[in-house]
Amino acid sequence: MVQAPRKRVDLFPYLLLSPALLITILVIFYPIVRTFTYSFMQYILWKPTEIKFIGFDNYLKAFEDPVFWISFQNTLIWIGGVISLQLLLGFCTALLLNQNFFWRGIARTLVLIPWVTPSVITALMWRWMYDGNRGVINDLLVRVGILSSYFPWLANDTTALYAIILALMWQGFPFFAIMILAGLQAIPDTLYEAAEVDGASALQKFTRITLPMLVPVLFTSLMLRIIWVANSLDIIYIMTGGGPGYSTHTLPVYSYIRAYKGMDFGYASTIAVVLTLLVTLFVSIYVRKVLRMEDRGAV
Amino acid sequence: MRKGKQRHRFLRRALTLHIPLLIIVGFALAPYIWTFLTSLTPEEDLYLSEFRYFPANPTGTNYLRLFSRIDYGRNIRDSLIVATSTMLLGLCITVPASYSFSRYRFKGRTALLAQFLVINMFPVVLLLVPLFILMRVLGLMDTYLSLIIAYSTFTIPFSTWMLTGFFNAIPKELDEAAQIDGCNRFTTLLRVVFPVALPGISATGIYIFITAWNEFIYAAILTGSNVRTIPIALQNMIGEFKIAWGLLTAGGVVSAVPVIVLFFFIQKQLIHGMTAGAVKG
Repeated sequence: MVQAPRKRVDLFPYLLLSPALLITILVIFYPIVRTFTYSFMQYILWKPTEIKFIGFDNYLKAFEDPVFWISFQNTLIWIGGVISLQLLLGFCTALLLNQNFFWRGIARTLVLIPWVTPSVITALMWRWMYDGNRGVINDLLVRVGILSSYFPWLANDTTALYAIILALMWQGFPFFAIMILAGLQAIPDTLYEAAEVDGASALQKFTRITLPMLVPVLFTSLMLRIIWVANSLDIIYIMTGGGPGYSTHTLPVYSYIRAYKGMDFGYASTIAVVLTLLVTLFVSIYVRKVLRMEDRGAV
Repeated sequence: MRKGKQRHRFLRRALTLHIPLLIIVGFALAPYIWTFLTSLTPEEDLYLSEFRYFPANPTGTNYLRLFSRIDYGRNIRDSLIVATSTMLLGLCITVPASYSFSRYRFKGRTALLAQFLVINMFPVVLLLVPLFILMRVLGLMDTYLSLIIAYSTFTIPFSTWMLTGFFNAIPKELDEAAQIDGCNRFTTLLRVVFPVALPGISATGIYIFITAWNEFIYAAILTGSNVRTIPIALQNMIGEFKIAWGLLTAGGVVSAVPVIVLFFFIQKQLIHGMTAGAVKG
């Protein structure tokens, strides 16, 4: 280890860090502080003379705002729906890919394709497939006989959110598949061999060895993914713009619409702060865990 | 007897492995296949009463119109400029930072490292409004620079973590040997460690390029007329009264293909970094 003699503080590591720190302070920390300040202000861009501090008024307004609560509820459905579907499909994919067969390499690569697909493209492709006039999903469902006529999946306020959840499941399940696959491959074969000697059934091996050994991997990927899905905005915004009505408003979407369309920076900041506080719980659990790993040199 | 057993085994493998996995791979590829087929269909054929899976007269007209009618070449150029500059800026700043995190133990190290992880997880909407105001005050609205600055909000934290992981994997004895051979601390990083870390650094760089190439939210709020990256151009096509799906799907294919190709090059390193817990998702 390279280390300076005691007493004299070695400035070299700080020198190397300084550009990164400077930029983060300017473009991340300063904006975060501003957003917190704005959340206590009346700040509407086209009413520059009426910008003023209003204390907790924006927070009280959110508390009484039905759209805020709809967005809140949708955020929970969104996270719950997306994460459970991604986890389920990702888990199955990982179990299949963990076996030996001749096209395994190709399969693993192809399965990753949704994950690298840009959100705009994901949104666009699914929007086209859900299309109420020419959507291939409608055509297939009618052909199979499940539907009698085409259905406007994204234009209906009960189905729109679930339709987007399915699209995000497509984009994100490879993440779980790869993480869980890595976890499966880290389980030593000797454990299974020992269990076999003891006469364990396949189900027992799965519930007594595989699942417990996967807990750390499942935990980190769940945290990471919950944070990411809670914050995600572009897919929903491009597929429905938050509509029809407020049916696909989540907290980030609502904040974005308030800022971008309403130019109501004060209230948009308040919603952003509330969202951040909700996510912080998961962030703190995750960060603590990763830092412990880094300490052991595992990262 | 034996043959029957073998056939039985093959059937079981097919049912429990090959067929389910084929379905999953099909699910992963289906949207692309459908998008690609649509992009080959002439716009007027899309609304024929009979639903066709394969275009009756496949053409490249949509791709040609993309460049002749809506100036997609300019969008590609804008995206290239923004993504390349974001990548170069990001690497210049984060290579020294992560080297420092990996090689030195100094006061405040854990806290600083932690802050790079934490800020990577804040929602975009938390930064959006102040950055918008900042760009207006600085007169940077609708410029390349505004996007390059905005994108460093997620590339710098991410890349710092990713690279710290790659540097950690390089034995510290290498630095010590270089210093015994007469390198100072800067030349150790530049001439000895940097070349060894190059695969990891280029993977990180390509990943930054991909995320900048794909970004939509900042681009929508900070740019739009002078500078128009591909995601914005595509979204504008959706926004029109009647959506030209032939054109739009062609634009989507042109935008996604380079990303997928680049991704294949860095697949291994990226998965390594990801499973080590450093990547955002």
